[in-house]
Amino acid sequence: MADAPRSIPEIAAALRRRETTAVELSRVAIERAKADAHNAWLLVAEARALAQARLADERIAAGDAPLLCGVPWACKDIIGTKDVETTAGSRILDGYIPPYSATVVERLDAQGAVMIGKTNLDEFAMGSSNENSAFGPVKNPWDPKRVPGGSSGGSAVAVAAGQVAFGLGTDTGGSIRQPAALTGVVGMKPTYGRVSRYGVVAFASSLDQVGPFATTVEGAAIVCQALFGADPYDATTMPLAVDDLRAGLGAGVKGMRLGVPKEYFVEGMEPGVEKAVRDAIRVLERQGAVIVEVSLPSTDHALGVYYIVQPAEASANLARYDGVRFGLRVEGKDLEDTYRKTRGAGFGPEVKRRMILGTYALSSGYYDAYYKKAQKVRTVIKSEFDRVFEKVDALVTPTSPTVAFAIGAKTDDPLAMYLNDIFTLPVNIAGLPGISIPCGLSEGLPVGLQVIAGYFQEATMFRVAAAYEGATQHHRARPMPRAA
Amino acid sequence: MSTIDPAVVRRVADLARIALSEDEVARFTKQLTVVLDAVGKLAEIDTEAIPPTASVLPIQNVLRDDVVRPSLTVDQALRGAPTRDGDLFRVQTVIEERPAERTGG
Repeated sequence: MADAPRSIPEIAAALRRRETTAVELSRVAIERAKADAHNAWLLVAEARALAQARLADERIAAGDAPLLCGVPWACKDIIGTKDVETTAGSRILDGYIPPYSATVVERLDAQGAVMIGKTNLDEFAMGSSNENSAFGPVKNPWDPKRVPGGSSGGSAVAVAAGQVAFGLGTDTGGSIRQPAALTGVVGMKPTYGRVSRYGVVAFASSLDQVGPFATTVEGAAIVCQALFGADPYDATTMPLAVDDLRAGLGAGVKGMRLGVPKEYFVEGMEPGVEKAVRDAIRVLERQGAVIVEVSLPSTDHALGVYYIVQPAEASANLARYDGVRFGLRVEGKDLEDTYRKTRGAGFGPEVKRRMILGTYALSSGYYDAYYKKAQKVRTVIKSEFDRVFEKVDALVTPTSPTVAFAIGAKTDDPLAMYLNDIFTLPVNIAGLPGISIPCGLSEGLPVGLQVIAGYFQEATMFRVAAAYEGATQHHRARPMPRAA
Repeated sequence: MSTIDPAVVRRVADLARIALSEDEVARFTKQLTVVLDAVGKLAEIDTEAIPPTASVLPIQNVLRDDVVRPSLTVDQALRGAPTRDGDLFRVQTVIEERPAERTGG
């Protein structure tokens, strides 16, 4: 099956030429998900998928099917799915079956896309390596001794290993783009306010966005077209018209001004990563882009802002897990004791660390010094991006300072783990859209190029990414697992 | 800005309603000290005249018509409850009631 169609447009075309059916594609995807050796899947929703596939085949036969109709996809298990268990990678949601689906799932259902199942993740999306899942780490198909990145590692791997055509993830500080980079696929975080979070387990509400993984830029754009747009159930979605995201994909970058922020090439970055990214920037220059060195002086402070704002918001959001209405309950001597025991037993170490950090930052006497200070520096970071986007159409940077690292290498050192996201989390702090696309290998492992655009300028971001992809073959590289 | 010691971790864990083992208290004390040192660099930036970010988007006061629409049934809402009592979530007694008070006043 090595030459089976993998990109969404190829699959859509094959379905329309009757070379395959949605049911057949779903059966293959279900088989591959069940046989997956990377621990990428938490649940395969076989009956639901086959029922969707049968309906998709009817729509395709009737001749009015959208592009995603019949295309198999993987859903990060932090996104609520009606009647399908949703764990958020945590023991505390033990046995939780949502009574409704997230808006993003309903939108893909309406397209006729076939959800194969739910994918593994860092607990509550807190992590950059997928080692924080209560259900065990996910392995990178390029080297099973290494992490796939996180937190949306399961969806990234399901796409990278050729099990499904696309996946959904969530990105709070890099949780789509970083695993996309480390597994060699395309991963995209939309502008804050583009995509509904209704029905998605809330992590840090001023930062979270849902976005796609795909094998090509066009695939990601097709999924975004289905996801984007205001939702009456999420008041943070912007009531804006959505452009045709594919219209500019072939337009190239000739004459576009692309900024390279000098603060994104720092000490500690692997030389192979820097080389691949510098080469990628030269490719864009050869395509006619004007490369401009720019400065985002407060980049260095993004980590500090993020590790106040994000745990503070998370500590408030996760207060709801109290053992009363759903999920795990560990009975204590009274109600308060039940809360403590339930949360002590249900949350893993990283979640507890962040609950304590966030509660501390919000607690009386520390609020001004930490939370308020961080929100002020956030304003500084955002205005630096605003000023840069007056001069350039998009920014190009590395996605991650390193390639995939060994499982276990950073688990005892939270700060080292947090540094994985230094190039992605400023984008969440400002609320901008960003995409990671494969830009070659370093030591045999994938490197990601990040393209960042201004608010709601996803079409521009896709255009730059597609121009690069069209000029290179890096997105065609497939995992060739190293011998154990 | 301030130091984290085991007493602080215990106090904050209590505020967050999370039971921690002594081993966790020791580990988190050490790890959070490192993280807070890194975060403490924010103090270097002069933010006296800078407003805090409330939202990155230029939207506020999103209003809609108050229309009655279908919602979850009681059974759907209670389906995941560890224990229920009729149409209610059942929890342990929160307020003790003494028979003397019940008949009094």
